[in-house]
Amino acid sequence: MTTTTSAGPDERHGFFRRLRARLSPTNSGLASGFANLFRGRRIDQDILDELETRLLTADVGVEATEHILAGLSRRVARKELADGEALMAALREAIAEILRPVACPLAIDPAHTPYVILVVGVNGSGKTTSIGKLARRLTADGRRVMLAAGDTFRAAAIEQLGAWAERSHAEFIAQAAGADPGAVAFDAMQAARSRRAEVLLVDTAGRLHGQAHLMEELKKVKRVIQRVEASAPHEVLLVLDANQGQNALAQAQAFNEAIGVTGLVLTKLDGTAKGGIVLAIARRLGIPIRFIGVGEQSGDFGEFEADAFAAALVGTEEKT
Amino acid sequence: MFESLSERLTRTVQNLRGRGRISEENIAETLREVRMALLEADVALPVVRSLIEAVKTRALGTEVATSLTPGQAFIGILQRELTELMGGRPAGFALRAQPPVVVVLAGLQGAGKTTTAAKLARWLIESGGKRVLLVSTDVRRPAAILQLERLAAQVGASFAPSDAEQHPEDIARAALGEARRGVFDVLIVDTAGRLHVDAELMEEVRRIDAAVGSSERLFVVDAMAGQDAVNAARAFGDALDLTGVILTKADGDARGGAALSVRHVTGRPILFVGVGEKPDALQPFDPERMASRILGMGDVITLVEQVQKQVDQKEAERLAKKVVSGQGFSMTDLKAQLQQLQHMGGLSALVDKLPAHLARRSLPAGQGDRELCRQIAIIDSMTRKERRTPSIIDGSRRRRIARGAGVQVQDVNRLMKQFTEMQRMMKSMKGGKLRRLMGAFRGGLPPGFPGG
Repeated sequence: MTTTTSAGPDERHGFFRRLRARLSPTNSGLASGFANLFRGRRIDQDILDELETRLLTADVGVEATEHILAGLSRRVARKELADGEALMAALREAIAEILRPVACPLAIDPAHTPYVILVVGVNGSGKTTSIGKLARRLTADGRRVMLAAGDTFRAAAIEQLGAWAERSHAEFIAQAAGADPGAVAFDAMQAARSRRAEVLLVDTAGRLHGQAHLMEELKKVKRVIQRVEASAPHEVLLVLDANQGQNALAQAQAFNEAIGVTGLVLTKLDGTAKGGIVLAIARRLGIPIRFIGVGEQSGDFGEFEADAFAAALVGTEEKT
Repeated sequence: MFESLSERLTRTVQNLRGRGRISEENIAETLREVRMALLEADVALPVVRSLIEAVKTRALGTEVATSLTPGQAFIGILQRELTELMGGRPAGFALRAQPPVVVVLAGLQGAGKTTTAAKLARWLIESGGKRVLLVSTDVRRPAAILQLERLAAQVGASFAPSDAEQHPEDIARAALGEARRGVFDVLIVDTAGRLHVDAELMEEVRRIDAAVGSSERLFVVDAMAGQDAVNAARAFGDALDLTGVILTKADGDARGGAALSVRHVTGRPILFVGVGEKPDALQPFDPERMASRILGMGDVITLVEQVQKQVDQKEAERLAKKVVSGQGFSMTDLKAQLQQLQHMGGLSALVDKLPAHLARRSLPAGQGDRELCRQIAIIDSMTRKERRTPSIIDGSRRRRIARGAGVQVQDVNRLMKQFTEMQRMMKSMKGGKLRRLMGAFRGGLPPGFPGG
């Protein structure tokens, strides 16, 4: 049997209200202001061009934007979309359609104890903070969680994770700064077993995906984990910053090729960045999106849902 | 992963060849390619639009049509336009105020402010002999203050302690007092990462700035930033009267279109680029190089500089003398060369800076670096006599060497062959053919190679 980490339905509802509020804080969703544009007009090329602009500025990327627009244009040509409202509904649906296949929550399989989650990403994407928030979520569900300080490179990264362990009442395994991250992972695997932790979250140093030697180091960490437990890591989470543009696709591709990414976390959606890059990633790579972070509070970290995300991205049309 | 823009343009511009002049019609497709490629490089859409207009105006007419290679001419126009947009020439970072000069760093979470603070301190210490004091006002992110303290120690800067219980403004004010008392030249104030939509935190950074009366307010931005970089830059520019920009994480494969957007929005010069994790990985920003990079033409100038900086001059001279004096090129010399390559960050670090179409032709980065290690191991498994006179290495010696280095005999054979070729090349150089050889190399450079 598998259980998901989802919170109760009420809490989820609240989370997505926040997501919507955060994604379009000044009502700057893709649809905002369209009412004015449409007034007394039919859907013409100008309107589709404007939509293209908005998709591109949301970091959706050229390829995914073209895909969405081609579908919409076809329907406009067949006169299926009469007005702006219908167009927005169709846009929302087109986005949700791309995202639905990748909206699968993280399922922690109790058959694997500890359930090992390796967390990777480029520098500054929010790995350590995401681990902290995920740990808090898991311990709140009553799980025994252990955090492993695998970022031995960045100054004070170990202390940062330690602070999160304390806040989330998780156990904490660390070695000195500069230690071999593989050794930390090995230690953590042993400790997680002997202390019967249910979930082990392994932090890693941020690395740019083009740095071959650092990607090799990551492969080694994975191998070390596998040596202790062949089925582990059960999840490899790649943390992506919503503020990043098309390079995030290159990141996902490179990390996936190196160690096989099984899930994504999209962080920092609380600014004006729309995180449209997940559309490009969903189309190109189809990696499940597990969590999104929409704020600094630990409650602002929740599971990804395709329809809710599509609705938040498109936003509601202002009535003017 | 992206096809290089310059490659793509060269292809689409081919059909311009032979036409009398460039017109709106026949350039439309090319401009579309430019637009898409710039968007893929994360240049903000409004910037892309004004750039396209400018390029179009310049390209229409005879300027391109008289050129033998319209593709090259067109790319040239684009590159000049991009360079201009980013300020034309390097801005330089001069401290213009009375010491202690206060520098405040601000930016989004994860942009790399703390690392940049330390790198900037190191740059000021190394290149200007300044006395630098670092202080962190980041009371929010766990262990942020500790991180800066450790980095300060690494780069040899002084550190003004603070703790998370204090108020950021008070920390900054106290540090300024310490900078005055300690007769420091520069005080660098690191701030908490914040979102531009968080009014409270934007107010906090404004108050920190007011408390210390800074003379440099630098916006730190990630080279991988997407379209939203313009919004962030605008908001920080509104909150602080920015004096400059630092672009971080430019050592990846990001095209760095954000550089263009941020410069366009803030109107402030980009002063530095962060190009690695180590404290010395900070370079003055050069618009021309960045333009080449956005176009996917590679960063050959940086490559050459890096080689010059890192190649051990004495070692190179020793080798040159040896070759000229007629002594043979030995295995020990080959090993020294391979090691120099490793010191430069391995082949992958070099391949990164090659134009995209050349990089693709070379070995996959990791594979090349493994090969490098293996070759050194093979040389290490030779006896001193074998290294001096490799001609004595017969089949049985090869088998022994292979066993010692943990490789196949074929690997040893390959190294021997490579060595023989190098030896031959060295001999031909002795005959004063070096110049001619270099001439041939230059002639062989592919089009679009800057300076080639």
